Amino acid sequence: MDRQRQGRLIRRQRPATRITHWIWAICLFFLLLSGLQIFNAHPALYLGNESGFAYDNEIFSFEGFPSWLTIPSTRDLATGRVVHFFFAWLFVANLLLWLAASLRNRHLRKDLIPSRRDIEALPQDIRDHARLHLVHSVRYSPLQKLAYGGVLFVLFPLIILTGLSMSPGMNAVMPWFPELFGGRQTARTIHFAVMVLFVAFFAVHMAMILLAGPLNELRSIITGRYRLSPRTPRLEQTHV
Amino acid sequence: MSRLILSRRRLLHSGLTAAAALPLAGCDSFDFLRERSNPVRRFLMSANGLTYRAQRLLQSADQLATEFSASDIRQGQKPNGSVNPDTPEYLSLKQTNFADYVLEVDGLVERPMRFPLDAIRNMPARTQITRHDCVEGWSTIAKWHGVPLKLILDQVGIRPAARYVMFHCFDAPTKSLSGLDFYYESIDLIDARHPQTILAYAMNDTPLPVAHGAPLRVRVERQLGYKMAKYIRRIELISDFSQFRDGQGSYWADRGYEWYAGI
Repeated sequence: MDRQRQGRLIRRQRPATRITHWIWAICLFFLLLSGLQIFNAHPALYLGNESGFAYDNEIFSFEGFPSWLTIPSTRDLATGRVVHFFFAWLFVANLLLWLAASLRNRHLRKDLIPSRRDIEALPQDIRDHARLHLVHSVRYSPLQKLAYGGVLFVLFPLIILTGLSMSPGMNAVMPWFPELFGGRQTARTIHFAVMVLFVAFFAVHMAMILLAGPLNELRSIITGRYRLSPRTPRLEQTHV
Repeated sequence: MSRLILSRRRLLHSGLTAAAALPLAGCDSFDFLRERSNPVRRFLMSANGLTYRAQRLLQSADQLATEFSASDIRQGQKPNGSVNPDTPEYLSLKQTNFADYVLEVDGLVERPMRFPLDAIRNMPARTQITRHDCVEGWSTIAKWHGVPLKLILDQVGIRPAARYVMFHCFDAPTKSLSGLDFYYESIDLIDARHPQTILAYAMNDTPLPVAHGAPLRVRVERQLGYKMAKYIRRIELISDFSQFRDGQGSYWADRGYEWYAGI
């Protein structure tokens, strides 16, 4: 490609963002696959506090996930739990670390919380994405903010809280906790549903990286450097 | 047009890269974690100590597990684990409907004692409708009735060196080279003295059925089901469980499960 036509190279992602991103990636990998192992110990989901054996409150069941999708690969609930809870702690610690850093370096305010301008630009951004016209701007696009914000502020807290709702020890500390979700078994069902949403997010995340130029996107989350689209204005993003 | 061709080439290239990385996801790569002595596994397991300390920090000693109302009992309790022990000692007790059963309480106590079943039934009792959470993921609600363990412990007197209550059971879920692997389980003194920790002899208003641990099973309502040992033969106060069996403090802990099952 002609050098003249390339956009500027900027420093986009801060070290805290990059480090926490990759710790999350590792955590979610192990949490997902050990979670599927745990699910396989009783591959059915229910609504309410109980699992209905003498009555029907089951909403989903099947024979379980194949062994190549679980850690470890054989039936081993004990090891699945060991892996799951270690990475659950790491996941939460990483979230707190990210939150502290993002408040401090203003990543949260500057990059993630949608502004009025984002809301106005949203319809155009949807049209751009639909046409796969992906612009590399200084800031996240409105759809990116919604996707990342949804994961960080909705899915992350939801999966942690539904996870804690399954803990009998935490139930004693906060008895209203499982009830908030409609009972322990409903919390377990929501925990599973959020997992599915994570997998869907991951699929879209990967697709967007491939479509937007994987080398540039990967470089920005590894080294922090990101090449803008040609003729991107210096200060704020515009949609071409 | 040129943009389309470019993204197609990009897609192809990146697709191939992704395909090459797929075998990484083959999860038998992590099967070494199943080895009980593997240092990585031992490191990962240290998170359980963190969970234990964090939950004990957040819980007050007497904080109760949720209790439900009679209308929440919509089904029988699901039997799990051993449901019909066949050790000779248990079979002979069962034959006389546990009339000759005596609970032994000893170890680090001031006064080792033996409690016949009738004596236990005549002690002050507690009734609670609680949710039983199995480590497998399911839950059922049932009514439990029995003597608070604390009352038994007060009678025998806990010596200062004691740190855990160990339950020795009649059932042996598996056999190994060293003979029968009897079920055993241990809890700390906080749970042992907890008001909801009872030695249950009745369930859903009937005498505790054999499938659920007759004549006595312990309820430890702030932990998972496997902590709630059934078919209790003897209670021993101990300072340390490393000399019992594989040294992890319970039948399931010896098989890789967490000793603390509050999660």
